[in-house]
Amino acid sequence: MSFPWLTVLMAVPLLGAVLVALLPKRPDGALPKQVAFAFSLVTLLLAALVGFGYDARAGMQLTEEYTWIAAFGAHYALGLDGIGLTLVLLTAILVPVVILASWNDGDGGRWSTNSFFAWMLALEGLALGVFMATDVFLFYVLFEATLIPIYFLIGGFGGARRSYAAMKFLLYSLLGGLLMLASVIGLYVVSADSEFGPTYLLSELTQIEMDQNVGRWLFLGFFIAFAIKAPMFPVHTWLPDAAAAGTPGTSVLLVSILDKIGTFGMIRFGLGLFPEAAQWATPVVLVLAVFSVLYGALLAIGQNSIPRLIAYTSVSHFGFIVLGIFVLNSAGQVGSTLYMFNHGLSTAALFLVTGFLIRRRGSALISDYGGVEKVAPVLAGIFLVAGLSSLSLPGLSPFVSEFLVLVGAFTYNWWYAVFAVLGIVLAALYILLMYQRTMTGPTVPAVAPMRDLGLREVSALAPLLVLIVLLGFYPKPLTTIIEPAVQETLQQVGVSDPAPDVPATAGSGEHEENDQ
Amino acid sequence: MTTTVVTPLSAISLAEGAPVIEAASADGVFSLLWLIIALPALGAAILLLGGRRTDAWGHLLGVATVAGSFALSLLAFLALLGRDAEDRSVGQTLYSWIEAGPFTVDLALLYDPLSALFLLLITGVGGIIHVYSIGYMEHDARRRRFFGYLNLFVAAMLVLVLADNYLVLFLGWEGVGLASYLLIGFWQHKPSAAAAAKKAFVVNRVGDIGMALGVMLAFATFGTVGFAEISAVAGEASDGVLTALGLLFLLAAAGKSAQVPLQSWLLDAMEGPTPVSALIHAATMVTAGVYLVVRSNFIYEAAPVAQTAVVIVGAVTLLWGAIIGTAKDDIKKALAGSTMSQIGYMMLAAGLGVAGYAFAIFHLLTHGFFKANMFLGAGSVMHAMDDDVDMRHYGALQKMLPVTFLTFAMGYLAIIGFPGFSGFWSKDKIIEAAFGENLVVGLAALLGAGITAFYMTRLMLMTFFGEKRWSEDVHPHESPKVMTVPLIVLAALSVLGGAMLLGNWVVEWLEPTVGHAEHHELAVSPLVMTLIVTVVVAVGVALAWVLVGKREVPRVAPANVSVFTRAARADLYGDALNEGLFMRPGDRFVGDLTRFDDHGVDGAVNGTAAAFGGMSGVFRRWQNGFVRSYALSLLAGAVLLLAVLLAVNLA
Repeated sequence: MSFPWLTVLMAVPLLGAVLVALLPKRPDGALPKQVAFAFSLVTLLLAALVGFGYDARAGMQLTEEYTWIAAFGAHYALGLDGIGLTLVLLTAILVPVVILASWNDGDGGRWSTNSFFAWMLALEGLALGVFMATDVFLFYVLFEATLIPIYFLIGGFGGARRSYAAMKFLLYSLLGGLLMLASVIGLYVVSADSEFGPTYLLSELTQIEMDQNVGRWLFLGFFIAFAIKAPMFPVHTWLPDAAAAGTPGTSVLLVSILDKIGTFGMIRFGLGLFPEAAQWATPVVLVLAVFSVLYGALLAIGQNSIPRLIAYTSVSHFGFIVLGIFVLNSAGQVGSTLYMFNHGLSTAALFLVTGFLIRRRGSALISDYGGVEKVAPVLAGIFLVAGLSSLSLPGLSPFVSEFLVLVGAFTYNWWYAVFAVLGIVLAALYILLMYQRTMTGPTVPAVAPMRDLGLREVSALAPLLVLIVLLGFYPKPLTTIIEPAVQETLQQVGVSDPAPDVPATAGSGEHEENDQ
Repeated sequence: MTTTVVTPLSAISLAEGAPVIEAASADGVFSLLWLIIALPALGAAILLLGGRRTDAWGHLLGVATVAGSFALSLLAFLALLGRDAEDRSVGQTLYSWIEAGPFTVDLALLYDPLSALFLLLITGVGGIIHVYSIGYMEHDARRRRFFGYLNLFVAAMLVLVLADNYLVLFLGWEGVGLASYLLIGFWQHKPSAAAAAKKAFVVNRVGDIGMALGVMLAFATFGTVGFAEISAVAGEASDGVLTALGLLFLLAAAGKSAQVPLQSWLLDAMEGPTPVSALIHAATMVTAGVYLVVRSNFIYEAAPVAQTAVVIVGAVTLLWGAIIGTAKDDIKKALAGSTMSQIGYMMLAAGLGVAGYAFAIFHLLTHGFFKANMFLGAGSVMHAMDDDVDMRHYGALQKMLPVTFLTFAMGYLAIIGFPGFSGFWSKDKIIEAAFGENLVVGLAALLGAGITAFYMTRLMLMTFFGEKRWSEDVHPHESPKVMTVPLIVLAALSVLGGAMLLGNWVVEWLEPTVGHAEHHELAVSPLVMTLIVTVVVAVGVALAWVLVGKREVPRVAPANVSVFTRAARADLYGDALNEGLFMRPGDRFVGDLTRFDDHGVDGAVNGTAAAFGGMSGVFRRWQNGFVRSYALSLLAGAVLLLAVLLAVNLA
């Protein structure tokens, strides 16, 4: 038996969480922070090792499989494909960044600083598990389990409306979870009648021929749960409240990592288990996705609260991700998977840098700022780069993914691309208006004494910015691992890429001749 | 050794329309193409990340990187000159940028006669403007950052013109947009500058819709976004697709080149420091739209409808910009109107197809010289006048600023097309070609020349001649050498730029890229045509002399003016139109939508929650703790059950 890399990867942050929770609780104690940071770094190291060892052409790998509840057909089964690995890496990169950036945000909450960081690590472990689970039942359990830490993070350490926001988030998620549970039970019924007997293993479920109507109903249960999670219009209103109430770090964990479970689930379970139903639902889903793109962007323009604005930009970005998934071609799906990663980086940078800003001024309202660039140029510069990445400026990583999604949409049906592309104008408006109103113009008195970013804060943000630029010019490390996994998904669904009308080959032949 | 095989196919297409691009792989000096971009990019990185440590020598590094790029561009140009006409296309693939299924794009460069000229313009004029900026920005605490942004701009612009496919071009396209945004808003403590920067970016993004959709359509149609690959098969696509491609790229070009209807940002962009106006908003970036059209000749040659649209946009803009130029008192805005108008000429020429491509580029180059010259001259004047831009406060400056005056005069003579000066040759050719195409278009171009002569003469008279109108506390002085030497160099180029047409050189040089043009037979001989143009120009000059030169110029713009002057002062109501059509309705829509989200969507959710709350209130009342009521409900349940059983059995 080989080394259980994935179990260890999941267990390290969970162990860290327990340890941090048990450490002596002292006011202003740096120890729990340092221990939590160390555990998140070890997790990052493990994830990096897994990433280096990953063979892009080998499909699902590092698999572990043990029977868990034989009567249900539930297994403890883990495995990684390119899509899962992308999100595992994103999680492992973001958590240490968030811990470093949130160094002082756990002090003065409803519960101890220890619990703040313990919940963060717990969330990391559970999220990693979600992205690695290859058994539907295990996925479901972990999916629901992630609600616990994030509920306590929002409700215990957030702003004024944290209780309302945490409860709203929980109820929404539970509603989605309930629908998913119904579908999970349905899967049991379906599989019990099949040649495999009751099973929740993905590898077996994908081989079962499902009745058309059954498949469509089960798909709906999963899809609605994932749409709430993602979130898509019209089930998005929990996100702005949660983002406005949580600490910046919590918002990053929520939007950059947890929400990805929704779009990740759409690919792995929506398309993977119910290919027929997914194609059946495609027209409606695509319209909703494009609608989310424009709706989220327009609402972002209308916000006066910075975190709410960022939350709405995410509604728009998740619209792009869903669009790319359901156009069912490789440009769209590679784009979407890459988008999940890039959106994670860019939104994290945006939430964290504005978090620093808000903490200094004590207000989240755009109208309370003005002329910050003059007193805090480094903060303003990082804010601008993060913002430009959010509006998908070419040269920064989100451009590559957004453009791929648009190309995928265009080749599927150009109408979707024509409407979705309007999002790039709206994105310029919401980002640059926010920048203009907060950073430029005469410095308002309340902002004048503001300090620029300190070393800890810059160190937390720097890795994100470096990755955003590097992957903007060289996305290949990720696309190499993503593409084979996407091809596999498309094969399961049974679609292939459309051919161009007038294929051009003449020029490329000439190149080869000259290279000799 | 690399040799390009001229296949029969390309020979045929050379004769018929747009040439097929066949790039030989880069060797010798051409293998350093990447370095031309990398130098200013590195400069930008050092200056922007290095912080205050680089303050002392930042401007020197900024100049050095561009100078290095210019030297390399010159070497590459000479090497290209030494090759046979059909071998003047060199490609360099740096690495594979994006790979996603069938969508693969290389980060690859294409160096051919067209990009070679742009390289010289960008790094040459760009270098001169960098030098000038040392003096102009001397007292600005953030000069080092200014040079960082300028270097960033140069690098992005070089990417734009060296790209060998549409997506890399888009990378440069947005890169220059970013640099433009940063530089227009360089003095961002001024709300007007910050607003102008944002406006420029957003309006350009509207154009980017065309760019993005064009790239997507090109990929969906041809399965690639490479120039070479598409140029080989472009003619085989359907008319509808080709027309759509042409119109989409025209939308992109209109945004970047401030052509109607996306012209509104350019006048506001004058909020940026004057060297920025000279480099980005006159000589280089704003001409990127023209470059895009000429570069996409393989599409436009097969899309006559799109070509007509290009001509119309160019003709409308050349008049639009010229009319704005007649009414502005702000020297930079008058020049900006003029820039719009001159780019209109280039766009018009580019829309004429093979007959006009070379002249579009020729005028683009001469305009780059004389307009950069005049913008920097305006900067020198502003420098002397304590940054006042109102020409009504100028007057009689020719004695105080002799070098600025003389160099500016060279630019003036070039732009109005005074015989012998560079603009004379390039504009004359465009007007000639326009008449060859269509009488109305020709007349528009001719009228534009007259208006140009008028507004430029007005600008000259108000600035350098007449009575002095400056206030007591202003003490005009000539600028330092670091600013006047660049002016002299650019003035020389403004005078001599026409030499590129000697022996039809520039036309033949561009032929491998844009194709060979048959000569149009005009109704009148070229010489007569030239005479007519010259007369129209003379009328414009005379009119300005009568209306401005011979009269007293009031220090405050008279309010009681004709409806035409008022329209021209208001930029022909472009901003008012945008405001009424998009901004105000948009604001209202966003406001309504926000309320809808808060009360409609979220309200429904909270309403459901409240309904559940209410319901549980009702249900709670049944759990009242009285055994007798429980017993009653038990009895009711039992009776109901019995009734149902009976009903089922009886049925």
